[in-house]
Amino acid sequence: MSNGTLTSSPHDHQRVKISHLMQQVLLACVPGLTALVFFFGWGTLINLVWLVPSALALESAAVWLRKRAVRIHLQDYSAVVTAVLLALALPPTLPWWLSLLGITIAIVIAKHLFGGLGNNPFNPAMTGYAVLLLLFPDYMTRWLEPAGSGQTLPGLMDSLNFFLGREPDAGFDAFTGATMLDSFREQHGANLFTEFWNTSPLSGQWSARGWEWVNAGFLMGGIFLLYKRIISWHIPVSLLAALTLFALVFHDSGSSQSLGSPLLHLFAGGTMLGAFFIATDPVTAATSRRGQLVYGAFIGAIIFAMRSWSSYPDGVAFAVLCGNAAVPLIDAFTRPRTFGRAP
Amino acid sequence: MTAESSRKIWPLPGGVYVEANKAPSLRAPVTSPPLPHQLVIALTQPASISPILCAAEGDYVLKGQVLAHGSSDAGINIHASTSGTIIRITPHAVPNTSGEHELCVILQPDREERWTRMAPVENFTECSSELLYARIKDAGIRGLGGAAFPTHAKLVGATNIHTLVLNISECEPFISCDEALVHKYLNEVITGTQILLHASGATRCLIGIEDSKPAAIRALRAALSDPRIELVVVPALYPSGAERQLIYSLTGVEITADTLPVEKGFLCHNPGTALAVMRAVIHGEPMISRVTTVTGAALAAPANYEVLFGTPINELLQLCGVDNENLSRLIIGGSLMGTQITSAEVPVLASTNCILATTHEELPAPLPEQPCIRCGFCVPACPVLLQPQVLYWDSRQLALTDATSHHLADCIECGACAYVCPSHIPLVQYFRAAKAEIRIEAEQVHIADSSRQRFEFHQARVHAEKVQQELRRAERAALMKPAPEQPLEVNSAQATIAAALARVKAKKLEQALSASNNTKTDEGETKR
Amino acid sequence: MNLPLINIPFTLFALLLLAIALTASHRVAQNYLRRTNKPDVDAIDALLPQTQCGQCGHPGCRPYAEAIANGSEINKCPPGGARTIDALAQLLRVQPLPLDPSHGVEATRKVAVIREAECIGCTKCIAACPVDAILGSAKHMHTVIARECTGCDLCVEPCPVDCIDMVEAQTLAQSWHWQRPEASRHIGEAHKIIVCQGALR
Repeated sequence: MSNGTLTSSPHDHQRVKISHLMQQVLLACVPGLTALVFFFGWGTLINLVWLVPSALALESAAVWLRKRAVRIHLQDYSAVVTAVLLALALPPTLPWWLSLLGITIAIVIAKHLFGGLGNNPFNPAMTGYAVLLLLFPDYMTRWLEPAGSGQTLPGLMDSLNFFLGREPDAGFDAFTGATMLDSFREQHGANLFTEFWNTSPLSGQWSARGWEWVNAGFLMGGIFLLYKRIISWHIPVSLLAALTLFALVFHDSGSSQSLGSPLLHLFAGGTMLGAFFIATDPVTAATSRRGQLVYGAFIGAIIFAMRSWSSYPDGVAFAVLCGNAAVPLIDAFTRPRTFGRAP
Repeated sequence: MTAESSRKIWPLPGGVYVEANKAPSLRAPVTSPPLPHQLVIALTQPASISPILCAAEGDYVLKGQVLAHGSSDAGINIHASTSGTIIRITPHAVPNTSGEHELCVILQPDREERWTRMAPVENFTECSSELLYARIKDAGIRGLGGAAFPTHAKLVGATNIHTLVLNISECEPFISCDEALVHKYLNEVITGTQILLHASGATRCLIGIEDSKPAAIRALRAALSDPRIELVVVPALYPSGAERQLIYSLTGVEITADTLPVEKGFLCHNPGTALAVMRAVIHGEPMISRVTTVTGAALAAPANYEVLFGTPINELLQLCGVDNENLSRLIIGGSLMGTQITSAEVPVLASTNCILATTHEELPAPLPEQPCIRCGFCVPACPVLLQPQVLYWDSRQLALTDATSHHLADCIECGACAYVCPSHIPLVQYFRAAKAEIRIEAEQVHIADSSRQRFEFHQARVHAEKVQQELRRAERAALMKPAPEQPLEVNSAQATIAAALARVKAKKLEQALSASNNTKTDEGETKR
Repeated sequence: MNLPLINIPFTLFALLLLAIALTASHRVAQNYLRRTNKPDVDAIDALLPQTQCGQCGHPGCRPYAEAIANGSEINKCPPGGARTIDALAQLLRVQPLPLDPSHGVEATRKVAVIREAECIGCTKCIAACPVDAILGSAKHMHTVIARECTGCDLCVEPCPVDCIDMVEAQTLAQSWHWQRPEASRHIGEAHKIIVCQGALR
């Protein structure tokens, strides 16, 4: 007998690793990423190519400083997933140093200062995103107008110029513009919903142009994760249901006071990315099934509230962070019943 | 005709699908291995009971002769597995993880198999329960499911038993001894079940068997004619064969870890136990053997053997053609709840249901532990609806109060959570360690409390002695002093005061003493 | 923004002052609360191991509990060790301290054993035992009830023939238990099982 350790039962193990899970999550990001690149140019891909090695380097440094085994920690792919999710959430026009700051906040502050993977109370990618949004609101709201809306889409060179922090030859204004949620907020109260919808160049087939396909892509990826049983249905379903419910109530039959149709909300901004990829981060989500339903609904409600009544165009990051903060309370009140015992 | 299983099955909350790996050991029928060179018969008793020897070194004993019995009624009679001479009585390694030794009788067989049997019972239906219980106790029968709990202790004092559950579920991978036993001793097991029904007063028997054993189900269906016995097929899902889980699957009754099934009117037995009961009652033979699975990829010919207690595992492995080169781990029990042992020079005990000699390919060594990401995969796996990921944090930090309030004590250590954990956290080990810490803490509190009581009593006694001494001195002084210089009245007044004071003191002390005595007896009663 | 750089040291200085002030007031408040809200002596006593050994400098566990209630340090009990200190720290809401080595070091539980052949039956140890764990009478051999002995050491000194030994308390077979993985990872020595001919070595 060569191996010298006595092990407690069980002696057999399902051959599943965290890295498998994380790889599936990465795979599930592909359709959404494709849609982002198609409608908003190379920026997201450049972010991704930049952030993944940065995240790995930061993770190695943090793990090394904490005197843990670097190789084992890199193998769990969690840093890669954080980098990818942050890259997907960031605008495709960011300069390199800003996204680097974002990933540093995510990996070093949000994750390792709280004790590393599994100990962080807040989702690292969303913490990085939210801090950037608070510190650099002008950069963080500089989105591109989607392909087909009249504006030109930046080519690879333009995207690289954005990334290097240089103004493209044609100037920023040639490319950037408000998102659907932005422009909808700005005109709120002035027009009937249908009027706005019919006149805005940002309207797509059923939701915001471009964004509807991005969201459809993430929805597809989410269904893949559900099918693979990597996530459970509870959080995304309750999140989307709460968002739909609020949107229905405040749609107000499309009047000038309407806060947008349910379809608009479901397929605009970061809804699907948030519902399937970010709110489901098990480390920072509620534990019990009942708790997950509450948690998802809570986030859905906050997304709607932030979009409708705050000064930010989208609220997924803040909503997820609020949800994270509420997790201990939700967990305390939704403890499941033990076999044979009263709840 | 047997009532067919139209009965509702309550689906197990949780559980995992695990590859059964039972086919290799079921290829051949149960046989008896050749008599070993020496038998090492462990005198293991239930906790807090010590064995009392009935034989000495050098004695010649008959097969079935009592070697030892327990120091109290809950103890187990241990019998000689074959006839021969006792070479030594000494602590010897037994199959446990700790490697701690137990008192064993080392027997040199004379290969003549000379029996001493108890009187056979002609017709058990005419016997009273007490008589049958006494026979089960005399025969040293203990549960063969794995815990080796004495069967008579399960029966005695259990009133209002309504259901006997025969557990042929055998959900753990690799173990096939019960299935093999049912194939070989079908009618004997049914007779044993009828004896248990009669002895316990139960009105019905539910046989729980997993749907992965179609041959055994067919055989049982054909053989069952007693209307009280019902065959219920449950889905193959680990751990459907755990006692409380099987009772739930069959009846929907949930029994917590701190309640015994007999308190709810359920008596749960293993077919091996039923066979032993039948042999004890009908043939007068004590329990000296069991069917054990010897399996694993390191063996050329896995099989089920009817093994005498005390047979060294070494010899069984030799018999099955063990491949020393590839043997990676020896496990007593199955792959999910078994105990790893470090030496094969240990005997088969009543609890040895399976000997698993495995290779690295079959059961790879555990991967390094990674952080818990709270993925929650363990939650739907837990058959007792716990949240293993929460208990993991409690146990890791030894937050014992939290662990208790999260019902760590209800954990059955089935290992389903650790089996599915993608971070390869040895959850069961954490839980066992935390449970041990909780137990130690409770013990220490108990020891400290009794020390405090004795200390207080000691102090009260010392104080009382001192006061009594003073009292006597004062009385002596009062009697003897002539007191010529001082006026008599004053002196006598002083003496009276001193005497009165002493009396008051003594009275107080008496009260204190009787009070502490009272608390002591109170405490004793509550303990009882 | 037009922030004069000179503001930075001022701000830092102000923050430092604030930190000092808050820390000091926290200390004062903690001390005040500890003096006024005297903890329950019974609760403290319940956490002490009741060896009655006197290593803390008090004649028994209860006197030490009273002393703690009056502000004595919580790290003077070697038999209780870190476990007791942690429990006391939690009860009293103070920081756990390492054991004060001037009172002794934490060791495994011991029990007294009388070498019975040498015992002269003087009863001195019986009188010394605080928990009545020694059995015997004058001019007859004495013995220690191991289960009730707290290992306090107090009987060793009075014995005129030095026939009392302190030995490690015997652990029972059932006392082995699993440790948490990080503690036990490497306790197993490398070993190889060889299944050989013959039953026993």
